[in-house]
Amino acid sequence: MFAGAPQYLISGLTVGATYGLTALGFTMIFNTTGIINFAQGEFVMLGGMLAVVLQKAGAPLPVAIMLAVAVTALVGCLIERGVIRPVGRTAPVNLVIITIGISILLRGAVMLIWGKDTFALPPFSGSAPLAILGAAVQPQSLWVLLITLLLLVALKLFFSRTIHGKAMLACACEQKAAALMGISVDRMAMLSFGLSGFLGAVGGAILTPITLTSYDVGVMLGLKGFAACILGGLGNPFGAAAGGLILGVLESFGAGFVSSAYKDAFAFIVLLALLFVKPTGLFGGPKSDRV
Amino acid sequence: MGLFRKNFGLLAFAAALGLAPLALPNDYYINVLILCCFNALIVMGLNLLMGYAGQVSLGHAAFFGLAAYTTAISTATLGLPIPVGMLAGVAVSAAVAWLLAVPTLKLHGNYLAMATLGFGIIVSIVFNEAVGLTGGPSGFVGIPRLKIAGFTFTSDKAYYFLSAAVLWVATLVSRRVIGSRTGRALRAIHVSESAAQAMGIDIARHKRFVFVLSAVYAGVAGTLYAHHLTFVAPSSFGFHFSVQLLTMVVLGGMASIWGAVAGAFFLTSLPEFLRMFEEVDILIYGGLLIACMMFMPSGLAGGAQAIARKLKAGVRRG
Amino acid sequence: MADLLEVRNVSVRFGGVQALSEAALTVRQGDITSLIGPNGAGKTTLLGVVSGAVTPTGGTVRLAGQDLSGLPIHLRAQAGVVRTFQNLEIFSNMTALENVMTGAHMKAGYSMLDSLLHTPRFTREEKRLRELAMEKLEFVGLAERRDALASDLPYGEQRLLELARAMASGPRLLLLDEPAAGMNNKETAGLGTIIRRIRDELHIGVALVEHDMELVMDISDRITVLHFGSVLAEGTPKEIQDNPDVVAAYLGED
Repeated sequence: MFAGAPQYLISGLTVGATYGLTALGFTMIFNTTGIINFAQGEFVMLGGMLAVVLQKAGAPLPVAIMLAVAVTALVGCLIERGVIRPVGRTAPVNLVIITIGISILLRGAVMLIWGKDTFALPPFSGSAPLAILGAAVQPQSLWVLLITLLLLVALKLFFSRTIHGKAMLACACEQKAAALMGISVDRMAMLSFGLSGFLGAVGGAILTPITLTSYDVGVMLGLKGFAACILGGLGNPFGAAAGGLILGVLESFGAGFVSSAYKDAFAFIVLLALLFVKPTGLFGGPKSDRV
Repeated sequence: MGLFRKNFGLLAFAAALGLAPLALPNDYYINVLILCCFNALIVMGLNLLMGYAGQVSLGHAAFFGLAAYTTAISTATLGLPIPVGMLAGVAVSAAVAWLLAVPTLKLHGNYLAMATLGFGIIVSIVFNEAVGLTGGPSGFVGIPRLKIAGFTFTSDKAYYFLSAAVLWVATLVSRRVIGSRTGRALRAIHVSESAAQAMGIDIARHKRFVFVLSAVYAGVAGTLYAHHLTFVAPSSFGFHFSVQLLTMVVLGGMASIWGAVAGAFFLTSLPEFLRMFEEVDILIYGGLLIACMMFMPSGLAGGAQAIARKLKAGVRRG
Repeated sequence: MADLLEVRNVSVRFGGVQALSEAALTVRQGDITSLIGPNGAGKTTLLGVVSGAVTPTGGTVRLAGQDLSGLPIHLRAQAGVVRTFQNLEIFSNMTALENVMTGAHMKAGYSMLDSLLHTPRFTREEKRLRELAMEKLEFVGLAERRDALASDLPYGEQRLLELARAMASGPRLLLLDEPAAGMNNKETAGLGTIIRRIRDELHIGVALVEHDMELVMDISDRITVLHFGSVLAEGTPKEIQDNPDVVAAYLGED
């Protein structure tokens, strides 16, 4: 009965990697600003859509992807500078509403410019499946996992070795202390939006050859990214990435063994169950005053 | 005189609702008015929850949908009388809200937003996938037109007056809830849960009460909607509709009953007047949400209220 | 006079920190008992244990003989324990009068049905609540400001508003957490008078946490000194001022 297991595992990990990158983006912004960015899924969508559009316009695939990622990161910075910073300190509910506004604005803009069609991106290195442990694995899956892994290593180094990375963690702990240390909280906030734009866009661009993309994929991806965050413990970057992978695999097994019609519901049932039982996540401490 | 002045708003609202059909160029627009009433009903409940008690919900479309599907299934599939189906619809919404309220309303801010959003999406997936029950993505057809005590609401005008009357009663109920100690307790919870508790207010009970009440409003609107259109589809009850509702609350103004009505009527009728911008409505919603929060976080009604209060306080002191 | 509040052997741990160990506090009916001690001595924590905001690891809290241990905050308020907050927690979205009427939440004798139907009982009770709230506003000298939005009031008046709100709930024991914080000398003197009148005219027991020693020595009947989570001394203001241990503890800090 578990004949399909390796297959489900690989496809779960592949999709889970993107959830993980989305979750990382949530975490960056949450850690530096305390905001849950409901437009996070739109970054993923933008990464995929822009890569498609640029590639269609004649750019070689790697160039198209890099440009897409850079533009999305820029959009992230602009959102912080143009909307979030002017609003300043306000109730969390207001920030939720603002980021929802941003997300549907981005989605609407993409829909108006490029339409409601579903788009594809060619895989990075052919589509002949490889046989691994009895599962037919698309080369693109390996690309997704590899790139995600590289990003995680790079982020780990960024947090532990660079002044900006350390500052980002300092912001999370104590904004006042960060300011005293001469770290500009505003600049860190902008950096965090840019960085999560970057992470989301990479996730979107590398997944698009497998799952296709359209203007409205951001809602689901964003929500599942958030579910991954909660799973890993909000505020814990590597917990978030792990949460993404776990969620992807759970979903894939759920779809394979229980019901594919309710595939999308699994993530949210997990999300609700966790919020109700242990809002600090699998890897979180016993208590969080941010709840 | 005091009594008249106190109820002036309600009387004027009744007159406006009653006279509105006369101002329409043709009968097509009566349907728009009916939709305005439904949305105003949901938004009013959502405003009690969000604006007054400060509890965000991004899943209220689900309560609207649960009631609509329940009455559809009860009447069309099971053949129960319409009033029974409608009661069952509202009851299901209320019961689900009651169950959900216990764990959900312990959460705050971001977590609450995500939990209600997750709930909304699960319900919407069920509407789509439980094909045997709901008809799936293509919708549920053949819901009987509303008939109460032998009177069938065949004309849209009759349906409008019914919807308007329901909306008016809901307004009255909202005002009376807000004007009572329960209303003060809800507003207290919005600002400081610890202070509210210190005043002996059972915050869990009050939060659950207002959550269920708002689900009842959405449920009433859902049953009326189902028996008006005689057809329901999952796309009407998804995330997009929850965001529309949120925009109506925010634009009209948090913590204002009249703001809720104004926000709902304005945003529901807007697309009708902006036909050429049909595709752009999503941009308008997004832009409005951001602009309201940036430039007038208490909405249209909030600004008006602040001015009125300042004048009143000034008069009393002077 | 009888003991209104008896706190015995209360201990509290936050993570690895022992915030209170075997602390005790007694407030008699119609007395003002102050709780003093250096920063971090556990004063606010002890008030929290009484109000129900902090769960102790051990010990008992009794109000007029009734054991309050394990009761949630709102039920303790209903039993008569009402607090004010160190960092103001006024209802900024309401007028001054509405704030105080919210304080009288428990005093309203009508049901939801009464308020939906606007029964005579509802009208009568709301009128009574309004009068009660006005009376409390007058008591603290804010009657003129009844219709001002609470957030528009100056800081000192917001403190008084919190006091009026707490009194409207009809407490038997009032817990005041640094009510004079941020007030100037004149405002503090006025506050002292009001707290005295709460004791003398309304016979409510008051537990006061306050840094302003002049105010504390002036109005307290009894003083309990906390030091590192334990009771260092207990007595009248005179006794406390003459206690060498207390003097040492305070000199060590300042």
